[in-house]
Amino acid sequence: MTGYLITIGLETHVQLRTATKMFCGCSLAFGAEPNTNVCPVCLGYPGALPVMNREAVRLTVVSGLMLGCEISRRSTFDRKNYFYPDMSKDYQISQNGSPLCVGGSVRIETAAGAKRVRINHIHLEEDAAKINHYARFSGVDFNRCGTPLMEIVSEPDLASPDEAMAYLQALKQILLYAGVSDCNLEEGNLRSDVNVSVRPIGQERLGTKVEIKNMNTFKGIYAALEYEIARQLATVTRGGLIVQETRRWDPELGETQPMRSKENAHDYRYFPEPDLVPVELEEAQVEAWRAALPELPAVRRGRMAEAYGIPDYDAAVLADAKENADFFEAAARACEPRLGKTVSNWFMTEVMRLLSESGLTISQSALTPSALAELVTLLDTRVINGPTAKELLPELFRAGGLPSALVAARGLGQVSDADALAALVQQVLSENGKSVADYRAGKRAAAGFLVGQVMKLSKGKADPQVVGRLVAERLAGAS
Amino acid sequence: MDIATLTVKEAARGLRAKDYSSVELTQAVLAAIRERDGALNAYLSVDAEGALRQAADADAARASGREGDLLGVPIAVKDLINVDGQPCTCASKILRGYTACYDATVSARLRQAGAVFAGRTNMDEFAMGSSTEASAFRTTRNPHDGTRVPGGSSGGSAAAVAGGEALAALGTDTGGSIRQPASFCGCVGLKPSYGRVSRYGVTAYASSLDQVGPMTKTVEDAATVLSCLAGRDPRDGTTPDVPVPDYGAALRGGLKGLRIGLPKEYYIAGTDPAVMACVRGAVEACAAAGAEVVEVSLPHTEYAIAVYYIVATAEASANLARFDGVRYGHRTANPESVFGLYAKSRAEGFGTEVKRRIILGTYVLSSGYYDAYYGRAQKVRTLIRRDYEAAFRSCDVLMTPVAPTAAYRIGEACDDPLKMYLGDIFTVPANLAGLCGLSVPCGKTPEGLPVGLQVLGPAFGECAVLRAGQGVEELVGAE
Repeated sequence: MTGYLITIGLETHVQLRTATKMFCGCSLAFGAEPNTNVCPVCLGYPGALPVMNREAVRLTVVSGLMLGCEISRRSTFDRKNYFYPDMSKDYQISQNGSPLCVGGSVRIETAAGAKRVRINHIHLEEDAAKINHYARFSGVDFNRCGTPLMEIVSEPDLASPDEAMAYLQALKQILLYAGVSDCNLEEGNLRSDVNVSVRPIGQERLGTKVEIKNMNTFKGIYAALEYEIARQLATVTRGGLIVQETRRWDPELGETQPMRSKENAHDYRYFPEPDLVPVELEEAQVEAWRAALPELPAVRRGRMAEAYGIPDYDAAVLADAKENADFFEAAARACEPRLGKTVSNWFMTEVMRLLSESGLTISQSALTPSALAELVTLLDTRVINGPTAKELLPELFRAGGLPSALVAARGLGQVSDADALAALVQQVLSENGKSVADYRAGKRAAAGFLVGQVMKLSKGKADPQVVGRLVAERLAGAS
Repeated sequence: MDIATLTVKEAARGLRAKDYSSVELTQAVLAAIRERDGALNAYLSVDAEGALRQAADADAARASGREGDLLGVPIAVKDLINVDGQPCTCASKILRGYTACYDATVSARLRQAGAVFAGRTNMDEFAMGSSTEASAFRTTRNPHDGTRVPGGSSGGSAAAVAGGEALAALGTDTGGSIRQPASFCGCVGLKPSYGRVSRYGVTAYASSLDQVGPMTKTVEDAATVLSCLAGRDPRDGTTPDVPVPDYGAALRGGLKGLRIGLPKEYYIAGTDPAVMACVRGAVEACAAAGAEVVEVSLPHTEYAIAVYYIVATAEASANLARFDGVRYGHRTANPESVFGLYAKSRAEGFGTEVKRRIILGTYVLSSGYYDAYYGRAQKVRTLIRRDYEAAFRSCDVLMTPVAPTAAYRIGEACDDPLKMYLGDIFTVPANLAGLCGLSVPCGKTPEGLPVGLQVLGPAFGECAVLRAGQGVEELVGAE
């Protein structure tokens, strides 16, 4: 709707890729029987104390560095008090006053253009347990209780659901590049709450914001935003007032609904967690982590386009998943520099087709960067021809190995020797008098048919360029 | 052997010399409990079978050549320290019938040393109180006068040691809960510096103040038990990696040359003259024995009680939230909702003093009140800590009364909480400042009630405190 500005901010909870929980040694393996990965600490038994998982701190700091945040040299934890069965201690250990990372931004691109979405801060906290509702009772599964969660809080810099999507996609890609989370949405690795408000163009002050919870998918977030924006616009254009509240997205009904006021009226009584000493980070430690950071996806796209002479489009597709980009670069580096584009073509067409057919990721397949590099090189040096290469690739993808070994073992090497091919050309011309006559009658396409017949006779090993030249010479010479 | 007078050191000697076995020693302790505890009510529960089994194990270990100061020695444990498989009620109805499912670090260390768990001692509910009258289960009596309180909150431990029902006991001290009952009952009580002993497995009252310590018949025994308990624990992040010195060697330092500070704010009108006479007598005896006595000032002492009851109750309000009837402990019958389950279970399970402190702590952390109460209390706490740091630049230890009075009559103070809180005036500053403190008997009132002298040392200055305490013990014993 014109005449109004939309303002969206996101709080994104990211499950960190640690082996154990945030404050105890319990496993984080997904899908275990309820209440099997538990101990006195994560069950909140009397006397149990939390011990900081240093890996969770490192992963949060690495995320902050990837997003250009300031890293706090000294960071403290707080207790957030509330009674609910999903929190075993009836308080959550979180960071209220001094988060690990402050500032930073994410670059997004949409049809509306490119922009930087500012990050307010990133803090570390523990996840709650999962409550399962049954017909006559509810059950609490504490396996998830104490999972390290990083909360990335954006500034209200997003102006549309499309921008919110672009932000989440970019964020997910960066986090995958950083290797800090599996970002598996089905396992709840990445969950967002959104804050959204509308205001008339020209009004400085932001409109009253509404928080929406309970979206499990990016699609759900998009749908919830669309619904909520429409609801707010309808309300204000009617002259109504937006109430500051928390609403819950109902995916079945496709609408947001106000949560009970009791759930809104929390006084969390934050105070510093006395059981944990502050996290102090040495400058040298942070710099060592910074030095080991992977490139940001956007930086990598530009660098790959330049370094391998591939179009921006190719670079974007390849850089989308870090492991694809890693594979491409390893293969391209193993070839002559001018073959970058050829490697890219093969990856983006044949390899990606095999990936999508098999449902595997590149690291799960048996194909190695050196095998792809060799295949492209054999083709370039005309040791094999295109059809042979296409035939070999699925085998390399399935079973591994190097193409040179297969070519040698099966005698698949291309025949480019004109003397050896002349006899085959002669045989085809004498057996296909009609086509020869057609050609001479002006049907130039008949030459293609004759070349194909020679290829067939050579069992695909003939060099099609040499055959084409020989056929053309013979047809011209005999006329 | 006479359990009434037998010390840990003598028991260790007797066991080593095979004068008796650990089973015989343990049987003697169990017999003393049977004989005397009907009148004293020092214990909440005794696992005779388990204790005898541990004793037999200790005897077997000794027979195979093992030695140790605590091997086969029975020790009583305050009922908020987890010992795997034993009750851990915290003297609260909310944990009636609760069995600990793991060992606290101090329990594990005692177990490792071959000590025998003699029984669980009575206390003020969740360690909140100064007379043990706040126990939900029974009223412990002072061994010197059965009409009087033993002090608290570790009143059961003090009465068991002083009343001839234990060789030694563990207590906890959040604001004086080891030192004050030691003074009232005439035994030795040592509160270690904050972080000296692990809190893992010790049901938390106020996390930034709680410490476990020994209650014994002699200063030497306190040193022996502390040697077993002290040191860094990876399960408690607030235990720094400070080396554990030889506490036994510290006992031999003597009083000569020891610089004793007398804080003028502790020598004030309002303290019982009989108590003051004992304390001054001990200080004069120390001076006569070659110690140097200097007056010091701790100007923020008057704020200590207020700061303590804000910090301690704030932390308690969160620490005790976990007793919600969901996972363990008392659960109300037929709750109408999840919030009803919390409210009714807690209303039924907690006693008056615990509720008072939870409400107070909840209030001081509430939105709008935090800065005025908790925030300001933390600032004053820093000032109190600095007072002590300054004082310890001109002396090695401080000597003060432990409490303004000797043991009072049962029922005398319990209807006036404020009066009881003020009785903690000399002990709470050590907890706020993280210091170590010892209560050592220094005489009796004309009525025959014991009086303790408080010896305070800097953080991790247990050696100085034990040295001074040993000196006082020798002087008082020689009188």
